[in-house]
Amino acid sequence: MIERLDQIFVFLKHWLVGYLPAGWQTAAGVILSVVAIVGLYPALFALTTVLERKGVGRIQNRFGPNRVGPYGIFQPVADGIKSLTKEDIVPTSADGVVHFLAPIAQVVTVFMGFAVLPMGRNMVLIDIDAGLLFYFAMGASTELSVFMAGWSSRNKYSLLGAMRAVAQMISYEVALLLSSVVVVMITGSLSLTKIVEAQNQYSYGLPHWYIFTPWGLAGFLMYAIAATAETNRSPFDLPEGESELVAGYHTEYSGFKFALFFLAEYVAMFSISGLGSTLFLGGWSAPFAFLTWVPSWIWFFGKLFVSMGVFIWLRGTLPRLRQDQLMNFAWKFVLPMCLLNLFVAGLWRFMGEGWLRWVVCSAILMLAYVGIGWAGMRRKQFGPRSYRYAD
Amino acid sequence: MLGEGILKGLAETAKNFAGSFVSKERLTTVQYPEEREPLPENSRNFPFLVYDGTDWEKGLRCVACQICEKECPPKCIYIEKSKDKKPDYTGKPQIYPAKFDIDISVCMSCQICVEVCPFEAIKMNTEFELATDDRFGGLLLDRKELARSNEYYHQIHPTEAAEVDARLAEEKAKAEAKAKAAAEAAAAKAAAAAAAPAQTPAPAAVKPSEGEPKQ
Repeated sequence: MIERLDQIFVFLKHWLVGYLPAGWQTAAGVILSVVAIVGLYPALFALTTVLERKGVGRIQNRFGPNRVGPYGIFQPVADGIKSLTKEDIVPTSADGVVHFLAPIAQVVTVFMGFAVLPMGRNMVLIDIDAGLLFYFAMGASTELSVFMAGWSSRNKYSLLGAMRAVAQMISYEVALLLSSVVVVMITGSLSLTKIVEAQNQYSYGLPHWYIFTPWGLAGFLMYAIAATAETNRSPFDLPEGESELVAGYHTEYSGFKFALFFLAEYVAMFSISGLGSTLFLGGWSAPFAFLTWVPSWIWFFGKLFVSMGVFIWLRGTLPRLRQDQLMNFAWKFVLPMCLLNLFVAGLWRFMGEGWLRWVVCSAILMLAYVGIGWAGMRRKQFGPRSYRYAD
Repeated sequence: MLGEGILKGLAETAKNFAGSFVSKERLTTVQYPEEREPLPENSRNFPFLVYDGTDWEKGLRCVACQICEKECPPKCIYIEKSKDKKPDYTGKPQIYPAKFDIDISVCMSCQICVEVCPFEAIKMNTEFELATDDRFGGLLLDRKELARSNEYYHQIHPTEAAEVDARLAEEKAKAEAKAKAAAEAAAAKAAAAAAAPAQTPAPAAVKPSEGEPKQ
């Protein structure tokens, strides 16, 4: 019975596909899974927008939206109707075709990432060996659509926002990749299902998640930082810094196209959180051995929501970085730590079992963290701000 | 150490998040249409016309002197004088406004009309829920819509209204005293006139009536 529940979506798909002639079954199965993914994540996006607004409101001691429906849960419906009925304005001097294609390209590439994410036991759309590579290839192509949007709008704010976005995304993509490489080094596979399988083991009732190792924890933290920057989330939301750039690369978008950008941003957050939990938090595996009877997809989506909660929490806490701080942080802190982490992961692999590798690996990472942090902040003065005026 | 500040900040926001569910003091938001805070006494929005008594048309203090119409910077007041007269609060016959319109879409709530009115007839209202779906007629208030009783004025601006009432009462008393004096003088004159014809010829009777007010 429990196993049935675990595999309920798989059974459902097979049962539905079973009504079709044999030749069509494969294609129908794929289409069914795609429809499920494309339907599910926008629904989660709608839920997240209202949760985010309420959460940030509570952080600022406000109520947040509470007018549409009980506790404001129908707010996304109102927002959706609003964005659908708004006029779709294309600036006269904009490049119409590219302007039209940019949001579509963004949404499509963002959704492509889900193709390789295992959302439960046997619940992966296409199980390819180079799943991680595919994911990062798709993630990197969102930069193209961001730049398309910024450039085609023929607006200086849009273009500046797009330039910032591309600079930031490329810088942090390096960190994102390097922090995930450690997982590939230890698992020995690029397949995301294999990575989850490797973490789905228990000793003393505790799982073998990679976050519970020194290199895994460091890798996870670096991954989280890079993922936040990659999805243009606060505190790395410079590309859409509303105090400087109106709204960044989607300044000239209105109505449904704007809603598509908004959707793509949140779906990208889901997707990158999903990848993060797959790589470091054991994907769909349970956090304790005695909880393995709970359906695997519940764990996956639970982890997804916890990471979304952390995203919202960070947004409510941290102020936006400056461009130079952003770049310094990427190249002078995150990147060296990622490179060192590669070395530590190798050390971990070849030191064999035992307590010694825990001590050595933790010590190296801690020393590097404290050292780089100290070196970076050494010259900073955190006194009262001083002003210098032009003579 | 690096990242200490972030952790401190996260703890602070977490405290806010949890605290807002527990303590009512943290949530300072007033849920407006259901809950309302009392308006401060000196709040003001758009002008209204004060009337005494119960009948708004009879009791309107305005005498259509048109000072407010002339002083209004955005020219949102329109007054038409009446042809006939009606008694004011002292009983003196006065002109009244046959038409008194304020376009509150033009009004800028400067209160100059209130400052210049010598009859305490126009005051500032505190009503602010004036939204309407009629852009033109809905925001053009005529004298009936503008009329509010003196009791209402006491309700919204108690201190100011008390001062105004005291001033009006004083003026009324003065006017009454004057009227009484005038009546007495008239009575004295009448008595004198009654006594006079026996002694003096007709031309002499005109002189004292001219001289009387000076005494």
